[in-house]
Amino acid sequence: MSLDLATTRRIAKLARIGLEDAELETVRQKLDGILGWVDQLSEVDVEGVPPMVGTETEALRQRDDAVTDGNCRDAILSCAPEKSGPFYTVPKVVE
Amino acid sequence: MLTGLTLTEARAGLAARKFSARELAQAHLDAIGRLNTQLNAYITVLPEQDVLAAADAADARYASGAARLMDGLPVGVKDLFCTKGVKTTAASKMLANFVPPYESSVTARLLEAGSVFLGKTNLDEFAMGSANITSAFGSVLNPWKRQGDDAALVPGGSSGGSAAAVAAGLALAATGTDTGGSIRQPAAFCGIVGLKPTYGRCSRWGTIAFASSLDQAGPMTRSVADAGLMLEAMAGFDEKDSTSSNRPVPEFSKAAGKSVKGLRVGIPAEYRAPGMPEEIAKMWEQGIAWLREAGCEVVDVSLPHTKYGLATYYIIAPAECSSNLARYDGIRFGERQDASTLDGIYERTRAEGFGPEVRNRILMGTYVLSAGYYDAYYLKAQKVRTLIKRDFVQAFEQVDVLLTPTAPSAAFAQGENMDDPVQMYLNDIFTVPASMAGVPAMSVPVGLDSRGLPLGLQIIGRHFDEETVLSVGGALEAAAGFAHKPALHAEAGV
Repeated sequence: MSLDLATTRRIAKLARIGLEDAELETVRQKLDGILGWVDQLSEVDVEGVPPMVGTETEALRQRDDAVTDGNCRDAILSCAPEKSGPFYTVPKVVE
Repeated sequence: MLTGLTLTEARAGLAARKFSARELAQAHLDAIGRLNTQLNAYITVLPEQDVLAAADAADARYASGAARLMDGLPVGVKDLFCTKGVKTTAASKMLANFVPPYESSVTARLLEAGSVFLGKTNLDEFAMGSANITSAFGSVLNPWKRQGDDAALVPGGSSGGSAAAVAAGLALAATGTDTGGSIRQPAAFCGIVGLKPTYGRCSRWGTIAFASSLDQAGPMTRSVADAGLMLEAMAGFDEKDSTSSNRPVPEFSKAAGKSVKGLRVGIPAEYRAPGMPEEIAKMWEQGIAWLREAGCEVVDVSLPHTKYGLATYYIIAPAECSSNLARYDGIRFGERQDASTLDGIYERTRAEGFGPEVRNRILMGTYVLSAGYYDAYYLKAQKVRTLIKRDFVQAFEQVDVLLTPTAPSAAFAQGENMDDPVQMYLNDIFTVPASMAGVPAMSVPVGLDSRGLPLGLQIIGRHFDEETVLSVGGALEAAAGFAHKPALHAEAGV
């Protein structure tokens, strides 16, 4: 199947990457080429084959339900591009 | 010369007090000062007084007889590992000013073992690339040159800065990360050793994530014994990484010299790709002959799903990338582009913060995970991945290791292979299958091609059997006697 511009626009919106129309067409062409290439997988028979999740080298383990980390608010906030006191700041989202 | 030593030689020299860790560190800082402008191997060089202070602490431990595994050894750190208080960029504009308030588990272990960090090495943006040309801080130059040709060659990628630094004498060794070949392919292109351990062997905690089911940290060094030494320092269980293995860490530093007599070496038929350059095929044959002479039994094996490895990888890795990189939203850390709405901040920040290759991979991943396409692409790829892994598990019922070329070519020039992404992805054709299966694999330099560029062979082992990989690598290294140096080197013309 070939990738159209409307789908490319929808994907960019889902990924929250703001692209201009000219850039969208370049991206569409690149992705379409890659998708055409990965379509070779359609010839592989996977009937009855389970999907591989992770590399399954170790079983996931459980740990005690206990607080083991924290009390580092200022260190975490030090990375924020914009902040106000102990808060991240964003544009108003509620009317 | 201090910048030409292996880790093992430097460790012995320090222990015998032939030179101090301070002298060793200073020699490397001087080499970086002379060559880094050309090579662009480091994005950040640590302040001289910090490097020398770490070296002095190591010297004090040698003096008191309390030296640790990596004590006083100057190494580079791929700029994908978070280092506390030291800028960590992932070679992206998005993280151009990011200073982590914490240390990654792997670098914490290396520091605990006494390593002296020199700086943060360049890479492809977010480790996505095979030529180190997508870095927001400029391309890395391969220190090797073709004979009679001054063309700028790529060091491979994504750990291209680490590979160039180790090859050119700007670090005794460096950390890399490997998602589909990012340690092994640049190691081959730069004539050094690169080991991708078993998935789960080294903690992923604090390493900036690309594709979480594939990412694995490993050593990039000048010898196989060094790779064992450094892996021993890097590996180990970490409760902060849910996929970290709690198996004991063997003494990898002692694995390289072990006899390989009687080991069974598999030669996978499917790696004889049509169009493989004759020189690569010849080098592979030579490697087979060397291992046979060392007492190994050579066995033909089949990994029937090899040809689907790359296509599977280019669905699974972008899918995981799109999920992992969703965190770069301009709110909590990293760069931010202002806009009047929250969505506007996200969209502008991500459009301007990510380079084209990273954007394309996020979009590809978003597509294969989106409603209507998930089953056809992502689920399908996960099933093919099961088949690829089964190929390896079945092959390892017959043999102890596999031997293949590391890459389908020697280093190519900047500007070649650039237009068609699929052409660039083909670089990883021999490295991706082992990543998909999670098995350990190492590239060892074994010779030069007719234009004077290094070629590597890859040894792939069973899950958690890095020791056998190191032993076979040691045998290959001993037989090959690779002692060539690149055109640009700290010891050239000094």
